[in-house]
Amino acid sequence: MASLIALVKGLVSKALKIITPEPLQLSNGKIVRPAISIMWIVIPVLTFITVWSVSMTRFRLDMLLRRGGQFFVIVARMIPPNYAYFDNIVTPLVATILMSLVGTIIGAALALPFAYASSELNQSKIGKFAVRAFFSIARTLPVLVLAVLSMIVFGAGAFAGTVAIAIFTFTIMVKMFFELIDTADMGPFEAILSSGANRIQAFWTAIMPQLWGQYYSLTLYNLEMNIRNAAILGYVGAGGIGIVLSERLAWRVYPDVGLILLVLMVTVLVIESVSREIRRRLL
Amino acid sequence: MSVIKPKIKDALRKQPNEWGTKLFVLAIILAIFYVAKDFIPYNGVTEQGLLIARNIFNALTNPNQTILFDFVTRDGVPVLIMETAAIAFLGTIFGALISIPFAFLSARNIVPKWIASIGVAIIVVIRTFPAVVYALMFIRVTGPGAFTGVLTLSVASIGMLAKLFAEIIEDLDPGIIEALDASGCNTIQKIQYGILPQLMSNFASTTIYRFEINVKYATILGMVGAGGIGAPLIFAISAYRWSDAGALLIGLVIFVLIIEMISTRIRKKLATGE
Repeated sequence: MASLIALVKGLVSKALKIITPEPLQLSNGKIVRPAISIMWIVIPVLTFITVWSVSMTRFRLDMLLRRGGQFFVIVARMIPPNYAYFDNIVTPLVATILMSLVGTIIGAALALPFAYASSELNQSKIGKFAVRAFFSIARTLPVLVLAVLSMIVFGAGAFAGTVAIAIFTFTIMVKMFFELIDTADMGPFEAILSSGANRIQAFWTAIMPQLWGQYYSLTLYNLEMNIRNAAILGYVGAGGIGIVLSERLAWRVYPDVGLILLVLMVTVLVIESVSREIRRRLL
Repeated sequence: MSVIKPKIKDALRKQPNEWGTKLFVLAIILAIFYVAKDFIPYNGVTEQGLLIARNIFNALTNPNQTILFDFVTRDGVPVLIMETAAIAFLGTIFGALISIPFAFLSARNIVPKWIASIGVAIIVVIRTFPAVVYALMFIRVTGPGAFTGVLTLSVASIGMLAKLFAEIIEDLDPGIIEALDASGCNTIQKIQYGILPQLMSNFASTTIYRFEINVKYATILGMVGAGGIGAPLIFAISAYRWSDAGALLIGLVIFVLIIEMISTRIRKKLATGE
């Protein structure tokens, strides 16, 4: 028993030594206390949250070990893809691409005036705060929620999906673009103002010419994201390739799923590389 | 005022003429809209949009307070939010842990070029697919529930995290390691004092940013059956139970805003060193 207590005491003192390192005396007589590593707070907190999350989500390692391989069985059944199915997915694929193109263009165009209103150029403090607060809240709505809401108004189909993508792009672009406006060079803006132009004219002729390249670049970046968004909207019935994908998955026709995923991958990669190339030239 | 100075005239004339490019972009946009007209048909408005808008507004001002403040049962908003947070958290932690070896295997300054390009190719393929696609596949494996959400986000996080981690590793300053070499440190000491301090804060910052994204994903994964607040929200909206939807939306908005705020603050601290 006594040896056990001594052991615990030893461990505790060792642990304390790590948490509160011993001060060092330098050659000039100065005493230095090494900083306590923040890891001694971070690691226990992260461990605690992890344990709590495991119980919250009913995470089961045994299930993962037993059934995890099944994921790769499904992937294996998609190979080789059923190329004959390609004719059936051309229309939804084109619809998906057009949904993201149209949605991105509309959203980006709408964002411009509201980005101005949220930037420091807006002289009304209350107005600026109100616009920013509204968009902070609007930005938290996921694109699928927007799709379900717009389907109530416009009915199921690609139109509702396009509206959802447009609103989604609109809310993010406002934030991304007003931050760019705030970093623009104000010199030309003030020069134009002093020549008698109003603030909107000065914004258009002095700030925007600095930012057009970045504006197009942001729009293309949003387009890259929106291709992926448009691909999933079909799950709730808002048009695009997601409808076929969820249907084929539900029927477990994995070779068809394989082809859809392959086509989706090629589309995303092509659009991404084209968009990156244009963006590289813009900036 | 009446005479424009020749200098200004010259400057105006020297401005690049961009009308060609502008017309070209405009033509492309018009062409997109023209083609889209057939693929994205407008079938009119199903109900009065105004009525819907009023309903949503009413819902947000009159949320169902029973579920909004129900801290005990699984239908209560606070519990659903906590489940969503737990899914996002575990998904991020596992995703980050899996991404670390992936990142080292695709960093050009660690492994030979051909191994790195294989690693990069795998990451690109993983990154291509939206998280919902992984969710739909994992549901076939582990059935619906929060557990599936965790697996989905773990895999979906790899695409972004491994790519950014690899970029951080490629930015390692080799001078520091050479200096430790010169002062006679062994491998463990080199890793401890030369490599980890360079990587840790950037890795942490990237992971926290991904957590923010995963929180947003976790709110929608429920719609495909992968746990969290998404499923009740979609059911409430499509069944026109506006006061329930209002309570869930309020919870979701506040939750995401808080996470965004905390994440931005920690990342700013990590970037500036205090």
